[in-house]
Amino acid sequence: MQQSNLYIIIFSVALTVVLGGLLSIAAVGLKPMQTKAIELDTKKQILSSVMELTPETDVIGTYNSRTNSIVVNLEGELIENDKDGNPLIAEKISIEKESKKDPEDMLLPVFLYMNEKDASKVDAYIFPLFGNGLWDKIWGYIAVSPDLTTVKGIAMDHKGETPGLGARITDKEVKDRYKTKKLFDANGNLVGIEMKKGERGDPSLFGEHEVDGMSGATLTGNGVNDMILKYIQFYQAYIDKIKAGETVALN
Amino acid sequence: MSTETVEQLEVEVKETESLLSKRRRKIISDPLDDDNPITIQVLGICSALAVTVKMMPTLVMALAVIFVTVFSNLIISILRNVIPNRVRIIVQLAVVASLVILVDQVLRAYLYDVAKVVGVYVGLIITNCIIMGRLEAFAMGNKPWDSVLDGLGSGFGYSWIILAVAFFRELFGSGSIFDFKVFEAIGWSSYQANGLMVSPIGAFIILGLIIWVQRYKNGYVEH
Repeated sequence: MQQSNLYIIIFSVALTVVLGGLLSIAAVGLKPMQTKAIELDTKKQILSSVMELTPETDVIGTYNSRTNSIVVNLEGELIENDKDGNPLIAEKISIEKESKKDPEDMLLPVFLYMNEKDASKVDAYIFPLFGNGLWDKIWGYIAVSPDLTTVKGIAMDHKGETPGLGARITDKEVKDRYKTKKLFDANGNLVGIEMKKGERGDPSLFGEHEVDGMSGATLTGNGVNDMILKYIQFYQAYIDKIKAGETVALN
Repeated sequence: MSTETVEQLEVEVKETESLLSKRRRKIISDPLDDDNPITIQVLGICSALAVTVKMMPTLVMALAVIFVTVFSNLIISILRNVIPNRVRIIVQLAVVASLVILVDQVLRAYLYDVAKVVGVYVGLIITNCIIMGRLEAFAMGNKPWDSVLDGLGSGFGYSWIILAVAFFRELFGSGSIFDFKVFEAIGWSSYQANGLMVSPIGAFIILGLIIWVQRYKNGYVEH
């Protein structure tokens, strides 16, 4: 078949327009579902740091009835509006994007898990985490008891850690190691929680600022250690305020 | 790449040929065994190594590949007489890429958990040699229905191999099947997961064993 250059150009343009149009329609049409899926996923991750989620859990319902969220800055002050004056929604803030800003400009969301009976009492403060694992980014949420020192639970996820090694940070067994560990020492200084090198399998060998490591995944473990320390530092001012009995108003 | 043409045969059968005639059944069944895209044609090896750590993402990947092979074969076959020969590869690529993006978008909307795991690999379907290979070798020279069957056959041929590989890799590498802890269920809780199976090398070994068994059975000899 002999075809002229004009035919080829017209064919290519028509093909591009048709395919591009179809993809745009698909992208626009699926957008609401995708936003919902991401929202559900975020809320699932936040909740999974304080409670055991089963497939039957009504994530959105539980989240809306039990959780309050606020946004603070590095000084621990409440921020209500973004630069353009639009009200901020803590759940919509991209932790990844914020982590690339200067600490002074960062928007720091705090999720407050409220008491089931007394809705004015906080059961846990949940802080987001974001950092680098061995191969790619890792992130999560750490839930801290009202004393703001003892870890209530942690949820972690990763993009590309080695399956069976670093990827074990998503395992319940590894996450449970963080429960009851302490972020601050008795004098209130931030120490963080260190995941040790090697895996010894006996929880009693580790102090209140240490957890057992993951065999073969020391570098992922280091990433987790840095991530926790870094993010709790960002929230230091807020934590100090709450510890001093100040209230940072709820939305 | 040479174009296989089965259209000459069609002259004799024409019109009356049933939707699933013997010849057409062969189009589907050939790629499952004798002409398997992975084990015989050695196409699509890269993704067979990358996605087969666990069953669930592998299954989604298999379905995505079947969808893309069937529909890209169909579209290219319908357009085969109007596609300018000089730009045919890029046209095929554009169609494949569009279908792949569509799959990716749908996964993100409805199967977000799975999309997080297979997201990167779904994008890589575009570069899966099986799809381009079938378009170039079959869909460009055959009628739409035959091409759909060929797409199905190649898709299934690819799928059963990667599912078989994933089965062994997840079983020995993670001690589970579809995240169900098999060894713990049968009371062998001290099973030590085999790290080799988790790395792509494990896939190479299993793939090699499958090819060995298949060639022994079929008496295939390298020409």
